[in-house]
Amino acid sequence: MKLKEAAKKEERLTGGHRLCSGCGAGTVVRLVMRASDNPAVVGCSTGCLEVSTTIYPYTAWEDSFIHNAFENVAATISGVESAYRSLRNQGKMDEDFDFIAIGGDGGSYDIGFQSLSGAMERGHDMVYLCYDNGAYMNTGIQRSSATPKGANTTTSPAGEVIPGKQQYRKELTDIMAAHNIPYVAQASPFKPQDLMKKAKKAFETEGPAFLNVLAPCPRGWRSKAEEGIELTKIAADTCFWPLFEVENGEWKLNYNPKAKKPITDWLEPQGRFKHLFKPENEGLIEEIQEHVDERWETILHRCGEE
Amino acid sequence: MSNQVALTGNEVMAQAMRQINPDVVAAYPITPQTAMVQLFSQFVADGKVDTEYVTVESEHSAMSATVGASAAGSRAMTATAANGLALMWEVLYIASGTRLPIVMPVVNRALSGPINIHCDHSDAMGARDSGWIQFFAENGQEAYDNAIQAVRISEHEDVRLPSIVNLDGFIISHAVENLEILADEDVEEFVGDYQADNYLLNSEDPIAVGPLDLQDFYFEHKMQQAVAASNVKDVVLEVAKEYEEISGREYGLFEEYKLDDAEVAVVALGSTTGTAKAAVDNLREQGVKAGLLKIRLYRPFPAEEIANALKDLDAVAILDRADTFSTTGGPVYIDTRAALYDSDADLEVVNYVYGLGGRDIKVEEIESVFEDLQQIAETGNVEQKINYLGVRE
Ligand SMILES: Cc1ncc(C[n+]2csc(CCOP(=O)(O)OP(=O)(O)O)c2C)c(N)n1
Ligand code: SF4
Ligand SMILES: [Mg+2]
Repeated sequence: MKLKEAAKKEERLTGGHRLCSGCGAGTVVRLVMRASDNPAVVGCSTGCLEVSTTIYPYTAWEDSFIHNAFENVAATISGVESAYRSLRNQGKMDEDFDFIAIGGDGGSYDIGFQSLSGAMERGHDMVYLCYDNGAYMNTGIQRSSATPKGANTTTSPAGEVIPGKQQYRKELTDIMAAHNIPYVAQASPFKPQDLMKKAKKAFETEGPAFLNVLAPCPRGWRSKAEEGIELTKIAADTCFWPLFEVENGEWKLNYNPKAKKPITDWLEPQGRFKHLFKPENEGLIEEIQEHVDERWETILHRCGEE
Repeated sequence: MSNQVALTGNEVMAQAMRQINPDVVAAYPITPQTAMVQLFSQFVADGKVDTEYVTVESEHSAMSATVGASAAGSRAMTATAANGLALMWEVLYIASGTRLPIVMPVVNRALSGPINIHCDHSDAMGARDSGWIQFFAENGQEAYDNAIQAVRISEHEDVRLPSIVNLDGFIISHAVENLEILADEDVEEFVGDYQADNYLLNSEDPIAVGPLDLQDFYFEHKMQQAVAASNVKDVVLEVAKEYEEISGREYGLFEEYKLDDAEVAVVALGSTTGTAKAAVDNLREQGVKAGLLKIRLYRPFPAEEIANALKDLDAVAILDRADTFSTTGGPVYIDTRAALYDSDADLEVVNYVYGLGGRDIKVEEIESVFEDLQQIAETGNVEQKINYLGVRE
C-alpha cells in the first residue's frame, strides 16, 4: 500500500478525540483503518482509546462503534459478525462490512485474553487489533502482562527492595500464532507502510486475523511526546519489538536492523526504566539484554533467517 | 392450531427458541440448562432455523456476544443457569442499560457455594435489580408461553428492555409434561420480523453504542430506563391479550388462585405454586378460606396490583426460594411488604424461606404454613416474621 494513496483516503478516526498529545494509540488506529475498504463496525475495549474517542454525545468514529466492557471486545464483535452472517445468509443484507475489535494490552493480554482466544478459535471473520502500550494507562499506569521487565508502574513500583516489574512480557503474538489462525502480525507505527500492508492483509483475510502493534504512551513511559514514533524505531532496532508476520503458519521477518542496537538505547529515554541505571540495580540491564537476545534468536530461527 | 406434546421443560424451551428462530444465539452449557442448548444446536445443525449459533467459551462471552448481535440489529437470544448467570452479571446491566431486547431462558439453580445443581431462585434473585424483565412459570407450558410473549414485550417500542424467562431447574426443566405448543407459523406471525431503529450494521447511519456517559447525561439515560420499566406492566397485559387469541391461554401479571374470598393466602413463584394449589384445595375442603397469589411478572414488580389483591386478607405468607442474608427476609417478602406499606391493608405478612439447593417442598409443609396463618389471623400474634421451612435446626 502506497503512502500517497493511503493519505488520500478519508479519515475514519477524526480529530477532536481526547487522547493525549503524542499518544500512539490514535496514530496506530488511523493507520490501520486506512487499510479498510468497506464500512466497518469497530469494537473497543474499555481503556484510553475508548474513553477518549466516544464521550457522549460525541464520537470521533466515522464508522459504527460499540464499546461493551473491558474484557469482552472480541466476544462482542463475534456477536456483531455472527449477526451479519446470519442476516446475510437470510438475504436480509448484501453489503460488505469489515469487523475490527480493538483492545489495549490490558484488554487483550490479561482480562480479555479468554474472550480473545475464544473468538480467534471460533474463526470469526474479524480483525483483532491490540495497541500495546505496556500497561493499564487509562487507570493510571498499572502493570499488565505486557509491561516490560524492570518497568516502574504504579503497581510494580521501583522501591527500595523491588526494582520495578519482576516478570518478562508475555508474548501474545506467539500465543495468537499458536491458535493457527490465518494471519498474525506484529507491527510498529514507525513503519507505516508495513503496518498498513499488514492491516490490509488482516482485513482481506477470510477468518480471524490478529495484529499486535506497539503504541507509545508518553505519560506511562515517561518519555517525550514528540519522540514516541522514534522510540518505536528504537524498539525495533534493539530487537525489543521485532516486526514479523505469520501467514498461514509461515513466519516471516519484516525488519532486520542493519546494526542491532544495545537495549540501553530503548531503556534510557524512558523514565519508567530510570532506576535500572542505579548502581544497586547493576546486572538487571544485562539480564534484560540477554532475554532480548534470546528472543531475537528465536524469531530469526522461526523466520528462517539464520 | 396447536399441538399436544409430551416434553420436558428444556425441550419445550428449545422448541420455543426454534419457533422464534432468532438470528443469533450465543450460549454456554450449564446444568440444568444444558439439554436446551444441545437440542437447539441440533436444530441449527439440521438447518431447522436461520440462527447463527455462537459456541462461546463462557457465559460472560455468551452475554457479550448476544449484546453485540443485538446491537448489530439482529434478534438475539441466549440461555443459562446459576453460576452462568452470575458470570454474566456485569454484562446484564450493559444489555439493559443499552436497551437491547434480548430474551434469555434461565433454568433456576442454586448459586455456589457450596456448589449444588438443584433448584432455587438465588440465581434469578441476584439479577433482580439488573434492569431485566423477569417472568416466572409454574410449569413448562407457562415457561414456553412466557418465552414467546417475552420477545414481543422486550421489543415493544415503549419497553426495549431484555427479558429473563425463568423455569425451575429439574422440577420443570427435566420433568416431562403434557403441553400444547403453537403451530410454527403462528409463532412466526406472532413474533414478527425484528427491525431495530438504530443498529450497527447500517452504513447509511452509523451509530456509537456504549459511549462514555458522564455526569451530564448518564442520569437522564437511567431515567429513561426507569420510565421504560414502568411501561412494562401495560405491555405485558397487551401482549397477553393477543397471545390468548392464538393460544386460548390467559395470562396476567400474576394469577389469583381462590384468592377472591380468601382469609389467608400464600404468595409464591415458580413450580411451588403447583404444590401450593394442592394445599389450597385440601384446606378449602376442610372449610378453610385459603388462597394463592402466583407471581408471573416479578420484575418490574407489580406492587400496586399485588397490594390490591392481598389487602382484604387477614394474614399472608410469602414463600421465598432464596435468601437475601440481610436478616430482613427473602426478596419477594421484602418487595411485598414494601408494596403493602402504601395500601390501607391491615394484615400480617410473614416470610418462609424454603427449598434452598433443591430441598423438596411438600403439600403438607405448605399446609402447615396455612395453619400458622390461621393462628396469626385468630390471635393477631406473630411469633416469628421470618421462618425457614423444611430445614433441620
Ligand atoms: C472488569 C473491569 N475491571 C477493571 C476495570 C478498570 N479499567 C478500565 S480500563 C483499565 C485498563 C486498560 O488498560 P489497557 O487495556 O492496557 O488500555 P490502555 O488504557 O492502556 O489504553 C482498567 C483496569 C474495568 N473497567 N472493568
Ligand atoms: S495516557 Fe498514554 S495511552 Fe492514554 S491517552 Fe495518554 S498517551 Fe495515550
Ligand atoms: Mg495499555
